[in-house]
Amino acid sequence: MRALLLRDLRLAIRAGGGFGLALAFFLIVVVLVPLSVGPNSDRLAIIAPGMLWLGALLANLLSLDRMFALDWEDGSLDLLATSPMPLEAVALIKALAHWITTALPLILAAPAFALMLNLPGAGYTGLLISLLLGTPALSVIGSFGAALTVGLKRGGLLLSLLVLPLYVPTLIFGAEMTRRAAETQEYLTPMLMLAGITCGTIALLPFASAAVLRANLR
Amino acid sequence: MSRSSLWEYANPRTFVETTDKVLPPIAWAAALCLVVGLIWGFFFTPDDFRQGSTVKIIYLHVPSAMMAINAWLMMLVASIIWVVRRHHVSALAARAAAPVGIVMTLITLFTGAIWGQPMWGTWWAWDPRLTSFLILFLFYLGYAALWAAIENDETAADLTAMLCLVGSVFALLSRYAVNFWNQGLHQGASLSLDKEENVADVFYVPLLVCIAGFVLLFIALVLLRTRTEIRARRVAALIARERRA
Repeated sequence: MRALLLRDLRLAIRAGGGFGLALAFFLIVVVLVPLSVGPNSDRLAIIAPGMLWLGALLANLLSLDRMFALDWEDGSLDLLATSPMPLEAVALIKALAHWITTALPLILAAPAFALMLNLPGAGYTGLLISLLLGTPALSVIGSFGAALTVGLKRGGLLLSLLVLPLYVPTLIFGAEMTRRAAETQEYLTPMLMLAGITCGTIALLPFASAAVLRANLR
Repeated sequence: MSRSSLWEYANPRTFVETTDKVLPPIAWAAALCLVVGLIWGFFFTPDDFRQGSTVKIIYLHVPSAMMAINAWLMMLVASIIWVVRRHHVSALAARAAAPVGIVMTLITLFTGAIWGQPMWGTWWAWDPRLTSFLILFLFYLGYAALWAAIENDETAADLTAMLCLVGSVFALLSRYAVNFWNQGLHQGASLSLDKEENVADVFYVPLLVCIAGFVLLFIALVLLRTRTEIRARRVAALIARERRA
């Protein structure tokens, strides 16, 4: 399992694209927000929690279609399916690799982007905790979507149509938690809900992804 | 002809033969209920003393909303049957229900907007019920798009069934998550069987007729579309056999 994880990480770093691209996309979203709603910093402070979460979510979506597609094309997915490792574990490792290469840089860069969007000072802890808790769920849900569309030639657009509705609960609780933190309200409830969603998706969705992959490989 | 078990209908031929007999009565009953219920509701019920005649949109809004949700539930059950027992008719029925569900969701959203404009003063509000219905609509779209995108029928059935199972959990989750996210403008349930305060009987009885009409209409449409799917599948199989010969 560690070998697969390392291989995926190495591929993502050396092949280029995947690693920095999501970060650059996030940056562009953050730049486009003030350009579209105006540079008024009070207004930016109000919408910053939601925009940061939305940007993180879209950046996450961007690299999903590569998760299984490359292995599908060169046939290594068949080898992985016939290996002694359960396909559920493969799906989980792939999601983990996606999280490390996409979400982790986003989380590390998020404070800087929050600064650009004038997020109130109290919101930083909430933003970081919510992203740390919420993005694993995004990656796991995304791996399910990627598994669904792996056999399609141009699955990218369909992938977003399938995955974005599934992101709704995570987005609601994540953005709500950041907003409450920014307004110095108590944010334990959305935090627990977010953690619950993440734990639930990590526990259950790999089974769905593996079932879908088996149907695709048949 | 007696059937020993419900699963006999999983045989496409039995299904088609049975629906041959069942479909016309159901369709006529649906038409009758809708005509009676809608005419009764629109022309022979009093205006509400506060809402005026706009209250009458309830005869379209409520039944279509119920069917939009129940169509998804039916797809869920059919998907589970496909995953567990792999009966093709079940997968095709789920596929057949999706466009009907999409239309029901659209009717609900549109009639709601038409009613909301004079009553709430706005066509659309980000109210929990409205929002979760919009999300349900997105789920329907994704489901139908996935069916359309995959060429291999059996793979498509497998994938969409899994999407339906996972999507149901997330749709339910979203339904309660949006409650957390915004306070409601939409009124609560007023048709429950166990509550003291319900819609007055003058409105209630024609509404029940309309609901029955929508249920029957949904059943008729799903049966019809499933038969079409079965026949399309059969034609495709015949063409494939022709080519091989």
